[in-house]
Amino acid sequence: MNPVILYSVGALALIAAGAAVILFFVAKKFKVDEDPRIGDVTEILPGANCGGCGFPGCSGFASALVKGADNGDISGLACPPGGNETMAAVGEFLGMTVEESAPTTAVVRCNGTKTKAPSKLTYEGPQKCAIAHTLFSGENSCPHGCLGLGDCVDACDFEAIYMDEETGLPVVIPDKCTSCGACVKACPRDIIEIRPRGRKDRRVWVACMNEEKGPIPMKNCKVTCIGCAKCFDVCPPVASAITMANNLAFIDGDKCIACGKCIVVCPTTAILSTFEPPKPKPKPEEKESAEVTK
Amino acid sequence: MSNKLIVSLSPHEKGELSVEKVMWGVVIALMPSFAISVYTFGFDAIKVVLLSVIFCVGIEFLIQKFMLKSEVTVLDGSAAITGLLLAFNVPSNIPWWQLLAGSVIAIGISKMAFGGLGKNPFNPALVGRAFMLASFPVEMTTWPVPFSNIWSPGTDAITAATPLGRLAEGGAKALGAMTDPPVEAVDYIDIFIGKVGGSLGEISAAAILIGGLYMLYKKIITWHIPVFYLLALAGFSGVLWLIDPSKYADPLFHLLAGGAMLGAWFMATDLVTSPMSVKGQIIFAVFGGLLCGAIRIFGSYPEGCSYSILIMNAFVPLIDKYSKPKRFGKEVKYG
Amino acid sequence: MKLKTFKLGGVHPPENKMTADIPVVPVDIPKRVSVTMSQHLGVPAVPKVEKGDKVKVGTLIGEAKGFISANIHSPVSGTVFKVDGVTDATGYRKNAVIINVEGDEWEAKIDKSETLVKEIKLSPEEIIQRIKDSGIVGMGGAAFPTHVKYMFPDGKTADTLVINGVECEPYLTSDHRVMLERPDEILVGISIMMKAGKVERAMIGIESNKPDAIKILSEKAKDYPGIEVVPLKVQYPQGAEKQLIKSLLNREIPSGKLPLDVGCIVNNIGTAFAIYEAVQKNKPLIERVVTLTGKDLKKGGNFLVRIGIPAKNLLEKLGAEIPENTGKMISGGPMMGKAVNHLDIPVTKGTSGIVIMSEDESKRDSIQNCIRCSKCVSVCPMGLEPYLLEKLAEKDMFEECEKEDIVDCIECGSCSYTCPSSRHLLDHIRYGKQNVMRIMRERRQQ
Repeated sequence: MNPVILYSVGALALIAAGAAVILFFVAKKFKVDEDPRIGDVTEILPGANCGGCGFPGCSGFASALVKGADNGDISGLACPPGGNETMAAVGEFLGMTVEESAPTTAVVRCNGTKTKAPSKLTYEGPQKCAIAHTLFSGENSCPHGCLGLGDCVDACDFEAIYMDEETGLPVVIPDKCTSCGACVKACPRDIIEIRPRGRKDRRVWVACMNEEKGPIPMKNCKVTCIGCAKCFDVCPPVASAITMANNLAFIDGDKCIACGKCIVVCPTTAILSTFEPPKPKPKPEEKESAEVTK
Repeated sequence: MSNKLIVSLSPHEKGELSVEKVMWGVVIALMPSFAISVYTFGFDAIKVVLLSVIFCVGIEFLIQKFMLKSEVTVLDGSAAITGLLLAFNVPSNIPWWQLLAGSVIAIGISKMAFGGLGKNPFNPALVGRAFMLASFPVEMTTWPVPFSNIWSPGTDAITAATPLGRLAEGGAKALGAMTDPPVEAVDYIDIFIGKVGGSLGEISAAAILIGGLYMLYKKIITWHIPVFYLLALAGFSGVLWLIDPSKYADPLFHLLAGGAMLGAWFMATDLVTSPMSVKGQIIFAVFGGLLCGAIRIFGSYPEGCSYSILIMNAFVPLIDKYSKPKRFGKEVKYG
Repeated sequence: MKLKTFKLGGVHPPENKMTADIPVVPVDIPKRVSVTMSQHLGVPAVPKVEKGDKVKVGTLIGEAKGFISANIHSPVSGTVFKVDGVTDATGYRKNAVIINVEGDEWEAKIDKSETLVKEIKLSPEEIIQRIKDSGIVGMGGAAFPTHVKYMFPDGKTADTLVINGVECEPYLTSDHRVMLERPDEILVGISIMMKAGKVERAMIGIESNKPDAIKILSEKAKDYPGIEVVPLKVQYPQGAEKQLIKSLLNREIPSGKLPLDVGCIVNNIGTAFAIYEAVQKNKPLIERVVTLTGKDLKKGGNFLVRIGIPAKNLLEKLGAEIPENTGKMISGGPMMGKAVNHLDIPVTKGTSGIVIMSEDESKRDSIQNCIRCSKCVSVCPMGLEPYLLEKLAEKDMFEECEKEDIVDCIECGSCSYTCPSSRHLLDHIRYGKQNVMRIMRERRQQ
C-alpha cells in the first residue's frame, strides 16, 4: 500500500486518540452534578422563560421547585403561564400537593383614548414608553396615563397584548394572557395590573391611575377618576371592595362581587367592566335591588 | 398658534450633514475620474457607467419595492455610488449582461441581503467586481487600447496590457525601467494622468486625487485610510525594490498603477465597511496596503487592491471590537 | 495667537446669538407667582410657609432638605395663596408655593443699593454658610447647589477656581449680558469664591465669539489679584466642566471623579454674580437673567426675571406673541434644554433661556440606517462610541453598555447633532445610561 495513505491514516488515528483522551479528562474535570429531577421539572414547565415566576428562566424555577420539594414546601411558587395544570403536574412529579390559585389576567388601567384624552402635543423620538416617560407627561398631557408607544406589547412573549390603532391604547387578550407580569414591569407608569379573572370572566376595574384632584386631570382627559368616592359609597358592604387613596379609587379584585353598581354611579365613566353594567334605574328600585344583593 | 407643539429630547438642533449629502458628495468626487475615462475610452465609458448606475439603482428599487416592500430609498445615492464604482472597475468594452450580473450580485447579494444601506459587511462594488472577475475572466482582463476609435460604439476588444499586467508577466524589466525595453517604457506622467490601458475609473491617479481631496474638503472622509493605505503599499513595495530593483518595480509605480488609488480613496474609505475609530482605520488601512502589495507582487493576480480591501472588510468587526477610541478620563492619573 | 480649546471631539453649531446686543431689562411682577420647591439638583426643598402667611422679598419659604439641596426664598412680597402642585417644564406636577403679590416690600437685611462693595468681610466658613443660606445654585442650567462644591471632603484641596463664561449653547446670551453689564460685581464675586475655596488663582474661560466681554473683563481683572481671563476657541460643549478644565488647564478629570479631584472648582459667571449679591448685599437668589429668543421672534431680549414669574410674561414684556409657526419651545439652550408644553411654566433658578423654534426647525428628520460614517465617534467629547451605545441600549443590553463606559456620557448631544442619518443617538444612550446607573445603585446597596 502506498505509504502516504498509511501515514495519513496513522496520523489521523493518533490525533483522534489524543483528542479522545483530552475530552475524557475534560469531561471528568468539569463534570457538573445536577439533580436529574431539575431537568425533568424543566421539561414539564412551559419553557417560555418569561420570568413571571420571579426566577431566571424555567430551569431556574425548576431548581427552586426541587429545592423547595426537598425542604417539604413549594407553596408560594407558581408558574403564571402554565397555570394550575402545570403546577399540578409538577406537584405530582415531586410528590407534593399544590394549592389551586384563581386565574388572573392583566388589565390596562387607563382609558384615555384618542378621543377622550385628545393629544395636545407631538412627540418625536424613539417609540419607547420608557424614554418618552422621562421626557414629558405624554401627548395628552396626563402624567399618569398611557403613553401609547407599546413597551408592554414588546415585552409580551405570548402575543396577548396589542395596540388598538383607533384608541391608541393597549388591549389584553385574556385567553392568551398568562399573567407573567412582563408588561407590568415594562410599563413606566404602572398602568397594567394583574387581577383575578373573576367568576365567569366578570371583572370590574378603575381604568385610571390619576392621583390629582378632580379639576386638574379633567383638563386632559374626560374619563379620569376624580376621586369623588361615589363608587366607594355604593359598593355593597358584603364586598366593600373599593378603597380610596390619593384621590383614586381602587377595586380589590379578590373582594369584588362584580355587581356593577359602581360602574353606573361613576360620573366620568372611569370604571370599566367585562360585562354590561345594570341599567340605571329609578331611585326606589335601586334601593330594592341593593337589598336583594344583601 | 394652531399647530401642535413638538416635544422631543435634546438636542433640538441638527447639523447640516445628511446621508444624501454624504452619498452625492462621493458621486461628485467620482466625476473627474469619469471625465477622464470618457476622454480616454469615449462613448463606451459613458455607456458602461450609465448602464451600471441604472442597473444598481434599478435593482435596489425593485428589491425595496417588491421584495422587501419597504420604504424606497434609492435617492440617497448609495446605489449610484455602487454603480459608479462597479463601472470604474471593469473594462469599457464589457458586455452589458455581464455588467447586469455584477450589479445583481453587488446590490442584491452583497447589500440588500444583509439589510440594505449600512448593514453590508463587504463593499458591494468590490463584491460585484470579484464575482465578475471569477465568472468572466477573459472579458474582465482584456482592455481596449486607449484612444482607439473613441466615438464609435461597440468597439472590438483590442487587448492592451495594463502596466500591472506587464509587470506580472515580465517583472520589472518589462516596464523598461532598468534595462533594454522589450516593450515600450512606461511613463509615470502617463499613468498619473491616465494615458494607459485599464479599467474605466482607475486609469488616472490625478483625477482620483482631485476627487479624494474634494471628499476631504467636504469632510466626507478623513485622511487616515487613504494615506496609511498608500503608505503601507509604498513601504512594502519599496523594501522589496531596495532589495532587488531589477526584479521588483519601484513604489511610485505601485502607487500610480492599477486600482491602488481608486481603492485607497474610494473603496477602502467606504464608510459602511471601514472601522469606526481612527485607531481602527489606521490598522485597517495599513494591513490593507500590505495585503495589496503582497498580492500584487507574490500572487497570481496582477491586481490585488480589490481583494486586499475585501479581506480587510471581513476584519472590520474584529478591529472595531479591539480598537476603541481613547476615552476621556480613562487613562489619567492626576492628584 | 492660537486659542485654547479641548482636543477630543466637539462640534460647532450655528451660534444664532441674536440677543447679544440687547441690554437686560427687568420684567414686571405679575399678580401671582409660583415658586417650585425643586429648582435645583437633588432633594426638593420643604415648604416653610402656609396658606395665608405674609411674605416679603427674601423671606425663606422653602428649606433645604438633605445634603444636596438648596433653600428657596420668596421673590415677591405678598400673601401665600396656597402650597400646591404646579406643572413644570416636563408636564409633571411639582410642589410649589403660590404667592399673591402685594407691593414690593423687601426683607430689611437686604441691601438694595447699587453701590459696589469690594471689601470682603466674611471668613471663608461664613461665606460658605451665606452661600448655603441664600440658596445659591449653579446658574448654568444644571442648578447644582453651589455650597456643596465648597465643602471639600477631608484631604482634598483646590488650587484653581474655574469660572465658566463660555456660554457654548447657541442662542443664549444671558451670561454674556451679565459679563458686559456687571463686570465689577462678577470680579468681586470671584474674589469671594477664591477666598471661600482657599485658592490663589481663578481663570475665566470665555469663547472668542464674545470679544467685548473678554475685553472688559480682562481690563477690569487687572485690579483683582489672581484672576485671569482666558479666551477660548468656539467649540461645543466647552461649557461642560470636564471639557472646560481640559481647555483651560489641560487637566483631565478621571472617569467618575469630580473637578475637585484635579484641584478645580467650577462655577458659572451667573453664579459669581449671585454670590456677590448674597455675600456683599445679603440678597438671596430670587432673580436671574433669562434670554428669550427665536428666529421668528421680532428681536428677542434679555430679561431680569424674579423666580416664579411665568415664562409667558417675558413674551409680554417683549411685546410679542408666540409666532404662528412655532413648533417647539425650549427651556434652556437648544443643545441641552428641555422642550416644554406651554409658557405658563415658572422661571426657576436654572432657567437660562427660552428659545422658540419654528416648526421647520424643530421637526426631526426621519431616521435612516446607520451608515457607519463614524462622525459620532469623532465628535464625542468623551471618546465614546455613540453608534454602539445606541445599538446596545436599544436592545436593553445594559451590562455591555456599562462596559462601554456609557455612564461617562455627558449628554451634550453632539452625536445626535452630527448624525447624517438623523438617528436618535442620545435619546437611546440617555435611556441606557439611566438604566445602568440604576443597576449600579442597586449593586451598591446590596
